[in-house]
Amino acid sequence: MKPINLDYLSANPLLPEVQEAMIAAIRANLGNPSSPHQVGDQAAETLEKARESMARLINSPSPQEIIFTSGGTESINQAIKGVALANTKKGKHIITSNIEHNAVLRTIRRLRMMDFKVTSVSVDENGRVNPADIAKAITEETILVTVMHSNNEIGTLQPIEEIARITREQKIPFHCDAVTSVGVVPVDVQRLGVDLLSFSANQFYGPSGVGGLYIRSGTSLWPLLDGGVQENNKRAGTENLIGIIGLGVAAESAVREMESRNHHCLRLKKKLIQGLKNHIEDIFINGHPELSLPNLVSVSIRYIEGEGIVLMLDEEKILVSTRSACAAGALQASHVLLAINRDFADAQGTLVITFGKETTEADIDRFLLVLKNVVQTLRAMSPLYKK
Amino acid sequence: MYSSTVMDHFKNPRNVGEIENADGIGEVGNPLCGDMMTIYLKIEEDAIKDIKFKTFGCGAAIAVSSMLTEMAKGKTLAEAKKITNKSVAAALEGLPKNKLHCSNLGADALHLAIQDYEDKKAGIVRPKPKREEKHEHDHEEGGKCHCPYCNIEVTEDDLFCVGCGKMLKKLH
Repeated sequence: MKPINLDYLSANPLLPEVQEAMIAAIRANLGNPSSPHQVGDQAAETLEKARESMARLINSPSPQEIIFTSGGTESINQAIKGVALANTKKGKHIITSNIEHNAVLRTIRRLRMMDFKVTSVSVDENGRVNPADIAKAITEETILVTVMHSNNEIGTLQPIEEIARITREQKIPFHCDAVTSVGVVPVDVQRLGVDLLSFSANQFYGPSGVGGLYIRSGTSLWPLLDGGVQENNKRAGTENLIGIIGLGVAAESAVREMESRNHHCLRLKKKLIQGLKNHIEDIFINGHPELSLPNLVSVSIRYIEGEGIVLMLDEEKILVSTRSACAAGALQASHVLLAINRDFADAQGTLVITFGKETTEADIDRFLLVLKNVVQTLRAMSPLYKK
Repeated sequence: MYSSTVMDHFKNPRNVGEIENADGIGEVGNPLCGDMMTIYLKIEEDAIKDIKFKTFGCGAAIAVSSMLTEMAKGKTLAEAKKITNKSVAAALEGLPKNKLHCSNLGADALHLAIQDYEDKKAGIVRPKPKREEKHEHDHEEGGKCHCPYCNIEVTEDDLFCVGCGKMLKKLH
């Protein structure tokens, strides 16, 4: 039986046109975009073409405001550390939310070791930041606000435009981690009004190991990597041209297909949530009921633990992800689930189900059927289940 | 990730369930840590006549419980007391390193169940151990506070640990 992939978040499958473009690029023996000879020129042209495709996807006024990186994590590190280090004379205060990705949280932790102060704003039970809380947290020392566009565990979308209005008025740089949004839902840097925005190709059917950062011109930041003058002098090192070509093609098809992909995903999401509610008792659907990613469902299944569910589903060739502490390796319950008031035990039984253009209604039906049995088996074993 | 023996015990766990009017019950773990295990014993002539378990936890925790019940069944109490978490892990052909701490609680639960049986026989009543672990404030007002999970310094009003990302408010 063909495996059912409900773990798109871990890695999207590569689009066929992305695969073809990358294979052709490997065969073509592309040169180095920085070389002055003709082969180099051609490589540079290819690079800039991908940058233009990416600019269209996020409506960046100039492609030059985009730098390519090794992915979301590097982009986030670059944005936060880069702004922090460039502004130490102005202040050392950073504002964030308490449901950010570890790439943000741990970057800020590192800065805290260098005497930066942090205010972490709480979210409501749907996982939304209240922009007024950001406004209240601003001090004269504040040099950066960083809030994610959508949450990678519960899918909730944040009021980025409203937050940006506040930061612009106060002239504070605003970074948005949009890794799980770019290429999935409309992200328009001009409309949002952000100064920095991180993205990753593997969230929109492009390759892993390549992503980028939008940097509004005039935003001062230090490069994370020093060396050559690549990427507008903001990211040294010869570009990962083959990956970037894949990213460019993926960006083009995201522009073309976003609406139809989301129409498809929303239908599956509705079916999945309804099916979960019909098939399994004592569950919570996490995240905002409307303001949420179309391709993600987070469900807390009470009285059982997530890794066991994942392993049993895997036996039936169904791939999902869990936010249980045991599976995470860190042995800690998800900070996102605790932030939206799930208790420790319920956080343990949480699945993150992500899907995409190749997922069918039959996949959802089979998943629900298998999941129902798995939950029954595990609950029969659980000392917490008293029915 | 797991050995084939672990996967076998996880997929086909032995001795799942509860024993009505059990002679001894042992409970370990808490949801904060991730795993909870309850062992039920039926004792006859100082030997384990029957043993059952209920476990909330990952694949390793379920496999540990299952293997433990197999190892303990039929043993005299003196023999059963010699079973250790280490010997259960060895019988499972090893466990991933990060699971040794939290999921390998089977022998502890067994020993508590045996103690429960012996206490009852001797007429000793012990307070039931609490399952919930709370972060106790052991520092002075205005003193330094550390994250209970990763030990990095945090401040009183931190909502989450900047070190490990763990929420602090509920524990604080």
